[in-house]
Amino acid sequence: MAPKFQGVDFYDVDGLLSEEERAVRDTVRAWVDDNLMPVIAEHYLEGRFPKHLVPQMAELGLFGANLPEEYGCAGLNHVAYGLIMQELERGDSGVRSFASVQGALVMYPIFAFGSEEQKRHWLPKMAAGEVIGCFGLTEPDYGSNPAGMITTARETKSGWILNGAKMWITNGSTAHAAIIWAKTGQPDDVESIRGFIVPTDTQGFSAKDQKGKLSLRASDTSELVLQDVCVPKDAVLPKSAGLKSPLLCLTQARYGIAWGAVGAALACYDEAVSYAKARVMFGKPIGAFQLQQARLAEMLTEITKAQLLCLQLGRLKDQGKVTPQQVSLAKRNNVSMATDVARETRRLLGANGILAEYQAMRHLANLESVYTYEGTHDIHTLILGQEITGLNAFN
Amino acid sequence: MKIAVCVKRVPDSETRVKIASDGKSLDETGVKFILNPYDEFAVEEALRRKEQAGSGEVVVVSLGPAAAQETIRTALAMGADRGVLLEADRVPVDGLEVAKALAAELKNGGYDLILFGKMAIDDYNHQVGPMVAELLDLPCVTAVAHLDIAGQRGTAEREIEGGVETVEFPLPAVLTTDKGLNEPRYPALKGIMAAKKKPLELKRAALGAGGLEVLGLTPPPQRKDGKVVGEGPAAVPELLRLLREEAKVL
Ligand SMILES: Cc1cc2nc3c(=O)[nH]c(=O)nc-3n(C[C@H](O)[C@H](O)[C@H](O)COP(=O)(O)OP(=O)(O)OC[C@H]3O[C@@H](n4cnc5c(N)ncnc54)[C@H](O)[C@@H]3O)c2cc1C
Repeated sequence: MAPKFQGVDFYDVDGLLSEEERAVRDTVRAWVDDNLMPVIAEHYLEGRFPKHLVPQMAELGLFGANLPEEYGCAGLNHVAYGLIMQELERGDSGVRSFASVQGALVMYPIFAFGSEEQKRHWLPKMAAGEVIGCFGLTEPDYGSNPAGMITTARETKSGWILNGAKMWITNGSTAHAAIIWAKTGQPDDVESIRGFIVPTDTQGFSAKDQKGKLSLRASDTSELVLQDVCVPKDAVLPKSAGLKSPLLCLTQARYGIAWGAVGAALACYDEAVSYAKARVMFGKPIGAFQLQQARLAEMLTEITKAQLLCLQLGRLKDQGKVTPQQVSLAKRNNVSMATDVARETRRLLGANGILAEYQAMRHLANLESVYTYEGTHDIHTLILGQEITGLNAFN
Repeated sequence: MKIAVCVKRVPDSETRVKIASDGKSLDETGVKFILNPYDEFAVEEALRRKEQAGSGEVVVVSLGPAAAQETIRTALAMGADRGVLLEADRVPVDGLEVAKALAAELKNGGYDLILFGKMAIDDYNHQVGPMVAELLDLPCVTAVAHLDIAGQRGTAEREIEGGVETVEFPLPAVLTTDKGLNEPRYPALKGIMAAKKKPLELKRAALGAGGLEVLGLTPPPQRKDGKVVGEGPAAVPELLRLLREEAKVL
């Protein structure tokens, strides 16, 4: 049996966590070791999401874990939630993506913009994993610029009619319900964007698996087509109003991604260290050579910085003081950092580093998606640039 | 059904322990402590018995330092109802002292079952469960790998060399649990949050001096590097020669 993952904690960051936060982390860590690690390589190679794990994840309480208990959720603070994301992504970004979408992009908007009836109807079922959700914002022609979306929702006497297409939608083919963002007004009216809860078995709704992915292979990514999809009046999220509503969801998810990326980096670093000590070349372990030591020292330094960044970000969020720009900085830094750590680990492992039997290349490939989704690295640079200068460089 | 589960805080089997400068104890800095893995089977079994019975109480008892509250809370997070910590700065090396303190606590508790892990992974003594049984004058079955309870009687299976032994016993009884008895649950996140609110009573452990003293701890001898004799069938004769002449095992 593979040894249990021990984590990396050079600065006693554990000492800054509460007992419950550590207990949550340790539970998810053990669950990942026992249930995800043994199957992830094969699912990745076959391009399948390990769907059989969903009931277990629900049983543990991983979905929407930072939402209140009255809706069937675990009611954890944001640091504990972040630690869950870290541990899941230590296993695989695809599994973390599933949980991110379910919690931060589907349950969160229902919680934040939904009516009391919608919350009572959907959230407990989603927390229990009985209803899987997806989040449709990106369109074929509108990625970094969702304001330009052309999906429309027209109000009729009895409800709404949705038309349009959504691209790159995580959980798209697996989902029972989709949160669809659409314009209810003129094509240039960004303020008219609203969110809709659309059951995926509604007539006119179809999802097609995105084929040929070389990244996030253990995750379902799909294209959605909505052709005259009729939903009742109460399908709209009543408190959603304008582009800022989906952007608020993205801030929630990006927060989790900042933590998740650290998890992927931890997995790679751990692999790099054990390999460097075990692999003998030129008569000694490769870890005894300065070049490899420099690699490892760099990784440990960057991981430690990212851990502290996440923790303070989480504490700010728990105090209700976090800004979207602070979340952007952490997403941007940590995903880029993790991608570097994964790449350096892959290289340190030599030929073995290209195998699915090891983790580095899988994480490296995954992180290229993470680098792009939820606001590309570049877009977060522009967000920070605007924050610093007050000048908008988007268009 | 009222069940007591006795649990111990032990160093994680995955952490590398160092011997402290006194040469007699472990250096605890940087060591992660966990709920003794064999005790997890006991906690799980208690929870299942209570769930099956539809009512009852699972009480977790530990003797250890203040930090063992965290160990107790792990069991509470799994679903136990309340905890008792018999606080002691150090867990005595003499198992009998631990057993006496636990027996005093358990004596008037009205428990139908008292469960222990078959041993603690730090000292490997296998002692405390049977000792408590003896002190309380209760039947004891050790290393239980399968358990059936009907009314006031139980049947337990234990794995023994080359076979399985089946033992019948009346309740109340003391059992120690072995791997294979069940698959311990993970503490769910809601359970972790709920554990904070469950009662955990702190008492000072009444401990005697005991009759054992640790004179010294030594790490196992370093393993010498292996030797590659050759590859494939061609290496077999040389391997046989070395096993015979150098290792003298054939
Ligand atoms: C695996 C995966 C899962 C996804 N899951 C979801 C999901 O569940 N729901 C959802 O709605 N979306 C999802 N997405 C979509 C994702 O959010 C978009 O891919 C992302 O926003 C980028 O959009 P794009 O791919 O159209 O790239 P583009 O916007 O076309 O960008 C192309 C390049 O141009 C750069 N660029 C764009 N604008 C500027 C600018 N103003 N200045 C400088 N450079 C710029 C970008 O940084 C990038 O390098 C997912 C994507 C992937 C890969």
